[in-house]
Amino acid sequence: MIEKALKGSTGYWVWMLFLLSIMGVGGLCYVQQFNYGLGITGMSRDVTWGVYISQFTFLVGVAAGGLMLVLPYYIHNYKAFGRIVILGEFMAIAAIAMCLMFIIADLGQPMRAMNVLLHPTPHSMLFWDMIVLNGYLVLNILCGWVVLQSEYKGIKYPKWIKPFIYLSIPWAISIHTVTAFLYCGLPGRHFWLTAILAPRFLASAFAAGPALLMVIAMILKRTTKFDVGREAQDKLVTIIGYAAMLNFFFLGCEFFVAYYSQFPGHMHTLDYLFWGLGHGDQVYNNLVPFMRASVVMGLAGIALIFVSRAKQSDGLLVVSCLLIFFAFWIDKGLGLVLGGFVPNMMDQVTEYYPSAQELGITAAIWATGFFILSILYKVAISVKLEKEA
Amino acid sequence: MYGKGRIIPALIIFLGLMTSPIWFKSGDASKMPKPEKPKDYTECVAPTAYMRTSHMVLLNQWRDDILRQDGARTGKTPNGTEYVRSLQNGCMKCHSDKKKFCDTCHNYTSVKPYCWDCHLQPKEAM
Amino acid sequence: MDSKRRDFLKIAGLTAIAGIAAPSAFNSLLKGEAVASEHGEAAAAGAHGAAAPTGKRWGMVIDVKKFAENPGLAEKCVSTCHAIHNVPDFGNKKDEIKWIWVDSFKHVFPDDSSHYKQPEALDSLPILTLCNHCDNPPCVRACPTQATFKTKDGVIAMDYHRCIGCRFCMAACPYGARSFNWRDPRGKNANGQPFIKAENPKFPTRMRGVVEKCNFCVERLAIGQIPACVEVAAQTKALVFGDLNDPASEVSQVLKTTFTIQRKPSAGTHPSLFYII
Repeated sequence: MIEKALKGSTGYWVWMLFLLSIMGVGGLCYVQQFNYGLGITGMSRDVTWGVYISQFTFLVGVAAGGLMLVLPYYIHNYKAFGRIVILGEFMAIAAIAMCLMFIIADLGQPMRAMNVLLHPTPHSMLFWDMIVLNGYLVLNILCGWVVLQSEYKGIKYPKWIKPFIYLSIPWAISIHTVTAFLYCGLPGRHFWLTAILAPRFLASAFAAGPALLMVIAMILKRTTKFDVGREAQDKLVTIIGYAAMLNFFFLGCEFFVAYYSQFPGHMHTLDYLFWGLGHGDQVYNNLVPFMRASVVMGLAGIALIFVSRAKQSDGLLVVSCLLIFFAFWIDKGLGLVLGGFVPNMMDQVTEYYPSAQELGITAAIWATGFFILSILYKVAISVKLEKEA
Repeated sequence: MYGKGRIIPALIIFLGLMTSPIWFKSGDASKMPKPEKPKDYTECVAPTAYMRTSHMVLLNQWRDDILRQDGARTGKTPNGTEYVRSLQNGCMKCHSDKKKFCDTCHNYTSVKPYCWDCHLQPKEAM
Repeated sequence: MDSKRRDFLKIAGLTAIAGIAAPSAFNSLLKGEAVASEHGEAAAAGAHGAAAPTGKRWGMVIDVKKFAENPGLAEKCVSTCHAIHNVPDFGNKKDEIKWIWVDSFKHVFPDDSSHYKQPEALDSLPILTLCNHCDNPPCVRACPTQATFKTKDGVIAMDYHRCIGCRFCMAACPYGARSFNWRDPRGKNANGQPFIKAENPKFPTRMRGVVEKCNFCVERLAIGQIPACVEVAAQTKALVFGDLNDPASEVSQVLKTTFTIQRKPSAGTHPSLFYII
C-alpha cells in the first residue's frame, strides 16, 4: 500500500521537496543546538519553556481532534464520515509524531530520553504523558492502517480491530487531559492552576484539529478528485463551530474568576497577555497583539463558518477554518505556555523572544509533520480513489 | 535468478561496506592497552578481574547508594585500608593520571564515558 | 492450529506479560501510596501542629535582621557556596545559574508586599534565598525520572546523571530555586575567561543540559560538617541550621521562641526554611 506514496504528480514532488528543504535547514539548526546547548534558544532561567513545548501542547490538541471524526463514525455509525475518518486518524499520527519531536528538541539531554522508561515514575505527569502519547500513536497507526488495508483489499475490516478503535476514543481524551495536567497540577503558577484547563484544552482541540482537517480536505477537493462530501462538510462545521464557542466560554470563565475575584495571581498573567502588565515603570506586553488577534480571529471564524454553511461557500469555509485554527494556535501555541511564566516566581518579568535557530527547528518539525501527513494522505486517497473508480 | 547480474555484485559491495570496519582494523587486536597502575598502592577496592570488567557497575552502585540510600561514603579494602567511595575523591587519589589509566582502555574500546563532563580529574594530570 | 493449543499459547503469553509487568506496577503503586500517606502526615502536621516526626529533617532559620546588621555577610555566603560547588557565572541573566542569592523582600515574599504602608527599610533588607527543601516538594512530584528526590533527611537532592533536562521541575518550583545549564558550564566566555573562576577539585561541576540547585551541602552533612553558608554566618548566628524533628535542636528552640515566616505557605509545600524579618 505504501508504494502509492512513491507515485505522484509534479505538484506532489515539488511539495515534498519543499518540505524536505525546510527539514534540512532546521536539521542544521538542531545540530547547532545539540552542540551548543539549549542556550541557543530564547529560553531563560525565568521562561524555561518556549515555542517547543507550546507547539507540543497545541499539537496534542490537533491529534485529539481526530476523535471528532472517529466517534460519530464508529460509535454512532454516522456514514457520512466514511471518507474523512481516515484523514482524522492519519492526522493524529502526524501530530503525535510532531509532539514527540518537539519534546525531544526541548530536552537538555536528549540522549537520556529513555530514562523516563528506565526509571518509571507514576507520580510524574510527564511519565503518563509519555505513555498516553505513544499509546495514541500506536493505536492510530494500527486502526488507520488496518482499516485502510481492508478497504484496499475490498473486504470489511477485521473484527479484532474494533476494540482498538473503541479504545482510541477515551484515549484521545486522555492525551489532552494528561497534557493539561502537566500544567494545572503545579501549585506556584496561578494562570495554569485551574481545573478548567483540561476541558478548555479539549474544546480548543475539537475545534482546531477538525478545522485544519477541513482546510486540507478543501485543498484535496481542488487538487485531486477526492471529495469528503457535502454532508460531512456541514456536520464538521457544526462540530468546529460549537467546540470553538465552548472554548471561548471557558476563556470567559477564566476572565470572570480572575477579574471578579481580583485575586492578584490570577489577574497578572491575563493582564500580561491581553492588556500589558505594568511592572515598576515598565509595561510588558509583547504578546498582547497576538492574544487580541486570537480573540478577534476566533470570534470572526465562528461567525463566518456558519455563514459559509448557509451560503454553501467553500472559499468562506476555508477562510473561517484558517481563522479558527490560527486563533487557537496563538491561544495555546503561544499564550498559554509563555504566559504561565509571567510574572515569574519572584514577581519579576522576563519576556521571551525565540531565536532564529529555535524557529528553524520549529519550522522543520512542522515540515516533518506535514511530510508524514502528505505520505499518509497520498496513500489513503490513492486507495480511496482507486476503489471508487 | 532474475537480474543476478546486478544483484550479486551489489550484494558483495554491500557486504564489503558493512564489514569494512573489520577489514580496516584487522590485526590491531594484538596491541593490548597497558594502563599504568599507581606505584604507591598495591590493592584496589575489589579484585583486579572484577574491576577490569565491572568498575562502571561499581561506580553506579556507589552513586545510587550514597546519593539515594544515604549509604556509607567510605569503605574498606580486604586488607583494611580505608577508601572514599567516590570517583573524583576516591579512585583518582590513587589512579591520579586519567590519561595513562582511564583513557588507555577507553580509547582502545572506543568507549566515551561521560564521567568527566562533571567530575574533575586531578590537576597535575591535566 | 487447534483451539486448545491456541488457548494455551494465549494464556502463556498473557501470563508472561503479567509476570513481567505486575511486580513493577505493584511496586510503583506501593510507592505512590507511601508518598500519599507522607503528604497526609505533613498536612496533618500543618493543620494541628503536632505529628509524630520520624527521622531527621534538616531545616534552617534565616535571621534577616542579623544580615542587615552585618553588611556583606549575605554576599559572602553566596560567594562561598558558589565557589565550593563550582557554580558557573555566565555574566548574563538569561543563562544565570544560582544556588543561593540575595534578593529583596518584595521578590522573596511577593504575597506579603501588597500594601504600601510597609516600612521602607524592608526593601533594602538583604534576604538570602535558596531552595526551601520542601517537605511536600512539587519538583519531586513533577520529575519524570526521579532525578530530583527527597532524601530520608528531608533534603531535596539532584542526581545529575539521571536528569534529562525537561525542566518540568523548574516550572513546578514555586520559589524559582532551580537553574538550568543552558550551555556548557565548563566553557569560556568571549574573553577566554572560564565560567567557573576556580574549580574546587573536591566537588564535581555539572554538564550542559541538566537542572541544578542548592543541595543543602549533603556532601558536607555526610561528613559531619554544617552547610557552607551556615558556617560563613556561624559567628553572627544569622543562619541557624539543624534537625527540625529534634525538639532539643537549636533550630527548634529558635522556632519555638521566635515568630518566623515562610515563603508562599499557601502553596502547601511546607518549606524547611524559616525567616526572621
